[in-house]
Amino acid sequence: METEIKELKKENRTSHMEYMEGMEVLDSDVQERVIVAMNAYDYDKYTAKDVKAALAHTECTVEDFAALLSPAALPFIEEIAVRAQEETRKHFGNSIYMFTPLYIANYCENYCIYCGFNCHNKIKRARLDEEQIEKEMAAIAKTGLQEILILTGESRKMSDVKYIGEACKIARKYFKVIGLEVYPMNSDEYAYLHECGADYVTVFQETYDSDKYETLHLAGHKRVFPYRFGAQERAIRGGMRGVGFAALLGLSDFRKDAFATGYHAYLLQRKYPHAEIAFSCPRLRPIINNEKINPKDVHETQLLQVIMAYRIFMPFASITISTRECERVRNNVIKIAATKISAGVSVGIGEHIEDNDNVGDAQFEISDGRDVDEVYRAIEEQGLQPVMSDYIYV
Amino acid sequence: MSEVVKNEDKLVIGGKEFSSRFILGSGKYSLDLIKAAVEHAGAQMITLALRRANQGGMANILDYIPEGVTLLPNTSGARNAEEAVRIARLSREVGCGEFVKIEIMRDSKYLLPDNEETIKATEILAKEGFIVMPYMYPDLNVARDLKEAGAASIMPLAAPIGSNKGLCTKEFIQILIDEIDLPIIVDAGIGAPSQACEAMEMGAAAVMANTAIATAGDVPVMAEAMRLAIEAGRKAYLAGLGRVMEKGGSASSPLTGFLRD
Amino acid sequence: MEIVVNGETTECEEIITLEALVGKLGYQKNRIAAEVNGEIVTKSEYENFILKPADKLEIVSFVGGG
Repeated sequence: METEIKELKKENRTSHMEYMEGMEVLDSDVQERVIVAMNAYDYDKYTAKDVKAALAHTECTVEDFAALLSPAALPFIEEIAVRAQEETRKHFGNSIYMFTPLYIANYCENYCIYCGFNCHNKIKRARLDEEQIEKEMAAIAKTGLQEILILTGESRKMSDVKYIGEACKIARKYFKVIGLEVYPMNSDEYAYLHECGADYVTVFQETYDSDKYETLHLAGHKRVFPYRFGAQERAIRGGMRGVGFAALLGLSDFRKDAFATGYHAYLLQRKYPHAEIAFSCPRLRPIINNEKINPKDVHETQLLQVIMAYRIFMPFASITISTRECERVRNNVIKIAATKISAGVSVGIGEHIEDNDNVGDAQFEISDGRDVDEVYRAIEEQGLQPVMSDYIYV
Repeated sequence: MSEVVKNEDKLVIGGKEFSSRFILGSGKYSLDLIKAAVEHAGAQMITLALRRANQGGMANILDYIPEGVTLLPNTSGARNAEEAVRIARLSREVGCGEFVKIEIMRDSKYLLPDNEETIKATEILAKEGFIVMPYMYPDLNVARDLKEAGAASIMPLAAPIGSNKGLCTKEFIQILIDEIDLPIIVDAGIGAPSQACEAMEMGAAAVMANTAIATAGDVPVMAEAMRLAIEAGRKAYLAGLGRVMEKGGSASSPLTGFLRD
Repeated sequence: MEIVVNGETTECEEIITLEALVGKLGYQKNRIAAEVNGEIVTKSEYENFILKPADKLEIVSFVGGG
C-alpha cells in the first residue's frame, strides 16, 4: 500500500447503520423482518425429508425455500432442476430475454475492497458525454437488442441524477426496456428517472450480514447499509415498474445471503403486488489489481442451487445469468431456471464504438465474451426462443 | 412431532385467541338445540343476526348460548355499505363485543356478497374500532383491499351460501391463503365434514358452517362430526401433507450434468 | 301521543322516557339496541331520553343467523 488509507483501521470508519444527510428514511419494517429471519435461518437443521417435502408442495413456502437452500438439498440437485425447469416453462414458456449492460461512467466514491471500481483502485476512469452515450447506444441497437441496462460507478458528483436521466432519455430513443444499476437514491429521484424512461432498478445488497458489510464497504455512501437496503422499496414508491435483487455470492455466508435476498424480494412482492421482481445471481470475480478475489465456497453446484431455489420460491420472477459465468454454465442455466441473459457485454467504459479515446477500465473480468448473434443462436440451439422485448407501453 | 404440532396451536383474530377453528352459525335450527350444537362443535365463536325485537319477554337467543362463547353478529340484510355499518353499530350497542361479520348482498337468488360495498364497510367499521371479519367472493385484489381497509380476517365463500356444494372456489381460496397475511376463514357452502377437512388441509385458518349442521338429521352429532373433520384437517396441514411423487425413470441426459467445479 | 315502534303505530303517555317505554313494551334492556329517528341511543341515555310525538323507534335484538 503506497499511501495510507485511513478507513482500513476500524476506528476511522463511520457508522454503517446511520443515514447520511439527504438520505430518505422509509417508514418500513421490511429490513427488520429480513434481518430477523436471516439470523434465525439455521440451514444445518434441514434434512432430506424437508427438501423432499418442499419439492412435493405446489406452493413453495418460506420454509421450503430455506430447505432448498440448505446443504441437505445438494444430493437432490437433479430433482430440484427438474422442478425448477417445470416452473420456468410454466411461467415463461420457452422465452429467454436478451439485453446488454452499458457502463457509461466508472467514477466511484466508495471504497469497497472487492470491487474494481473502488475509489482507491488505480484504474483508468472515464465518463461518457451525451454524444458518446448516443453513439454507443446506436451501435448496440444495431445488433437487434431492445433492452438495455445502464450502469455507472457510484459517484453522485461525476454521475449525478440529471446525467443518468439524460442517458435514459437517449436510451428511450433506441430501446424498449431500460434498466438501471446505479447508486441508491431517494424515491423522488427514482420518480424523476422513471419519467425520463427508466423501467427497472436493480441494486445489489452485496451481503445482508451488516457486520460483514461494514468490513467490506469502508467508505462512501455505500457504507450505509440501511439506505442501500431500502433502495428497491424507494424505487417502487417512485413508480418504477420492477426491481432487482442480488447478493454477491461469496462475500459472506452465501446461504444466508441467498435466503435474505429471496425473503427481501418476497416481502416487497407481498407489500407491492404490482411490482415486477427480478434476481441476479453474481459470484465474486477477480478484478484489476487483485486476481485473488474469488467466490470461495460458491462452486457451480451451489450457484445453481441458489438460482433454482429463487426460481421455485418465486416462479414468476425474472432471473438473470451473469457474464461472470462461462458459456457452458450460462447455456445450461437458461435451460433450467434463468430467463434473462446478457450478450455482447463490455464492462468497461466506451467500448462499443471504435473511434473513441474516452475509455475506462472494467469492473470485473467477464467469462463469456459472446456477441449478440452468438448468444441468440445458442439460445435457439437449446430449443428456446430468444426474445428482445415483450413490452407494450400503455 | 414438530414444535408447531406439539405447542398450542391458536387462531388469533383481532388479538383474541381461540383454540377452536370452527365458527358455528346459529340460523335455521331451534334455540333448544343451540347449546348442544355449540358443545358438540366445541365452538368458541357463534354467528348471530340482528332483527327487529319481539315485544314482551319472548325467548332470546343470547339466553341459549353458553358463557364464554364469542358472539359474531353478522350484517345480513344489508344491501350496501351504509346499511351494513348501521347494523354493525346497532349490534355493538346490544353490548356483545366488537366483532362483526360483514355480509352485504344485493342478489336475492344466490346471495353472493358485494365485494365493493364490503370494502367500504370494512374501512368505516375498522376505523370505529370493530374487529371486522368480511364475508367475500374470493378475489385476491379485493382481499388485499380488505386487509388494507383494516379487516381482521377474510371470509371467502366456498360456494353459494346455504348450497352445501363444497369447495367450488378452491383454487381461488388457495391463492388467498398463500398471499394474504390474515386468517382466511372459509365461509358459506361447506356442506359436509369432508369438505371442511379439505379446506383445513389447504391451510385455511378456520371454517364457518351453518346450513350443513342445521339441515342434518341430528344437529349436535353433525356439529361434532364437523369439529372432528376440522381438527383432522388442521392436524394434517400442520403435519405437512404431501410426498414426493415418483417421476418415473431418470432422464437420459440429466439437467445438471454440466456442473464441473 | 303516537309513536312508531318497529313500523307499528303505538299509543303511549304524553311524557315518557325511552327507559319507561322499553319496560312497558316488555323488552329486556340488556338484549336490545334502539334507534330513535335513525340515531342510536346508548343504554345509559335511556333514562333521560324523552320521546316526542311521531318519533320513529327501531328496537332490535339478536336472532339465529349464519
